[in-house]
Amino acid sequence: MSILVIAEHDNQSLNSATLNTVAAASQIGGDIALLVAGNNCAGAGEAAAAVAGVSKVLVADNAVYEHQLAENLGQLVAEIGKDYSHILSPATTTGKNFMPRTAALLDVDQLSEIISVESEDTFTRPVYAGNVIATVQSADAIKVITVRGTAFDPVAAEGGSAAVESVDIVCDAGLSSFVSEESVKSDRPDLTAASIVISGGRGMQNGENFEMLYQLADKLGAAVGASRAAVDAGFVPNEMQVGQTGKIVAPDLYVAIGISGAIQHLAGMKDSKVIVAINKDEDAPIFQVADYGLVADLFDAVPQLIEQI
Amino acid sequence: MKVLVAVKRVVDYNVKVRPKSDGSGADLANVKMAINPFCEIAVEEAVRLKEKGVATEVIAVSVGDKSCQEQIRTALALGADRGIQVEAEGDLQPLAIAKLLKAVYDKEQPQLVILGKQSIDGDNNQTGQMLAALAGIGQGAFASELEFEGDSIKVTREVDTGLQTLEIKLPAVVTADLRLNEPRYASLPNIMKAKKKPLDVLNPADLGVETASKVKLVKVAPPAERQAGIIVETVEALVDKLKNEAKVI
Ligand SMILES: Cc1cc2nc3c(=O)[nH]c(=O)nc-3n(C[C@H](O)[C@H](O)[C@H](O)COP(=O)(O)OP(=O)(O)OC[C@H]3O[C@@H](n4cnc5c(N)ncnc54)[C@H](O)[C@@H]3O)c2cc1C
Ligand SMILES: Nc1ncnc2c1ncn2[C@@H]1O[C@H](COP(=O)(O)O)[C@@H](O)[C@H]1O
Repeated sequence: MSILVIAEHDNQSLNSATLNTVAAASQIGGDIALLVAGNNCAGAGEAAAAVAGVSKVLVADNAVYEHQLAENLGQLVAEIGKDYSHILSPATTTGKNFMPRTAALLDVDQLSEIISVESEDTFTRPVYAGNVIATVQSADAIKVITVRGTAFDPVAAEGGSAAVESVDIVCDAGLSSFVSEESVKSDRPDLTAASIVISGGRGMQNGENFEMLYQLADKLGAAVGASRAAVDAGFVPNEMQVGQTGKIVAPDLYVAIGISGAIQHLAGMKDSKVIVAINKDEDAPIFQVADYGLVADLFDAVPQLIEQI
Repeated sequence: MKVLVAVKRVVDYNVKVRPKSDGSGADLANVKMAINPFCEIAVEEAVRLKEKGVATEVIAVSVGDKSCQEQIRTALALGADRGIQVEAEGDLQPLAIAKLLKAVYDKEQPQLVILGKQSIDGDNNQTGQMLAALAGIGQGAFASELEFEGDSIKVTREVDTGLQTLEIKLPAVVTADLRLNEPRYASLPNIMKAKKKPLDVLNPADLGVETASKVKLVKVAPPAERQAGIIVETVEALVDKLKNEAKVI
């Protein structure tokens, strides 16, 4: 078996989701090649070579891969990937964007967001917002798979010494171009990799009140997330949404504040090790998944928490 | 400009689906069905384009058995002009759906195809991207804003790091994210009118598409259950538990 893993990176360093994806590849077994496609991405290529368990790094360094445009990347991965038995990428918005194109170009199905490897051709994945776990088997010659990072412990970022090869395939579909990007810079840990996540919902009432959660998070070294309702209402930006259609998190501690616990929110956080819910409604469904529930007004409870932690 | 919108019939988003006890599939007996929420957003966007004079015709297409005509009628009630059902039995994989949609795309030659970003039953998030690849056109996946400029479209996309804006040549595929718009409710007169709008039925053989898949559902199971938790009375008690019992802070 030979597995091609597509690295997620910012040209200099690897996104941690790459390490979880390599972990899934290691469970399948076989030679693992890591593809770094980007622009001036030698740094990310070097980081890839150090990842434990990787036997080869392919670097496609070209301006056409700068913004990971799906049309270009999807085609590149299909061309390189046709010689492999498996192609894996993290189930991030980048992976979800180009991988289905790769699968379609190779005329094979894709298995989205696997959470376990049962054998080289059999995997499990959540469906119906995580209320049903499906075991699926693929007889496709090339298995195209996206991997839910939280389901696989990351491999070590150091210790490997893979050979680095450069790839000179240039895929420029000329169909799309990058215009701009808007992201809120924060010194807090990445939501999907943080060991503690504090999330706020509609109960927070407005964006200013999220300051309380940032204070609490900074005391704990935590990341801050939100429910869809809080994002829709404009309290916080979209990248903070946790849930079925937002980010999937599974930290050691998840604190849900002013969040009711809709199916779609639970889908994104119910694999957290310890869940705390603070809600003034004792019947809120979030309490059904909480290890520790506090029925209280969050505007009383959160300031006290900040003080006592 | 013609706009094609793909709509899927799925379990209503309020239903907590459980596996059948024999593990053969999800238990969908007597559950409420609805249009996939992301498809509803896709329809709304297409209808708004028509209202703005950007789109000339909105065609709603669904792949499924006869029951999916109900969701096509919903799209028609929201303002789509006509419907197409592609007959299919059972659950098809996204690649097969994308191939069928590609055949409809070839037939109708729309400038824009809008799909939902994800179906809330299979949680695949694949069909739009696959369709774009098969058609050899560009894609704006997870869109939260569209802006037309001549023969291209600017798409703002919800990505893990925030928002990204791309310019994509038309024809193109767009997949709708949650914040693209807030869908309207269909009014009673519009629901009545929708019954009279044209709805064509095609089948995969007419379209020359092979829908067999090499992916097999082996079984389904419920997710791991969480142990019941406790209610603490005070913030102090909570902090104590987190420090001394759970040892997570
Ligand atoms: C297709 C689709 C996809 C979706 N995807 C997601 C997703 O990815 N993530 C997600 O989160 N949701 C998602 N949703 C939305 C989901 O269904 C819920 O609407 C949403 O999660 C509700 O957010 P909330 O809990 O913040 O708001 P609400 O349900 O309004 O709950 C607010 C809670 O705050 C409590 N509260 C209010 N004031 C206080 C106070 N002062 N002190 C303490 N508690 C207080 C209330 O008791 C209530 O329980 C999706 C929905 C659909 C249809
Ligand atoms: N059976 C279907 N009929 C019509 N459109 C579909 C069908 N299945 C998926 N789609 C479209 O593809 C989108 C993404 O679905 P999926 O790739 O299954 O997550 C949906 O929101 C629909 O717009």
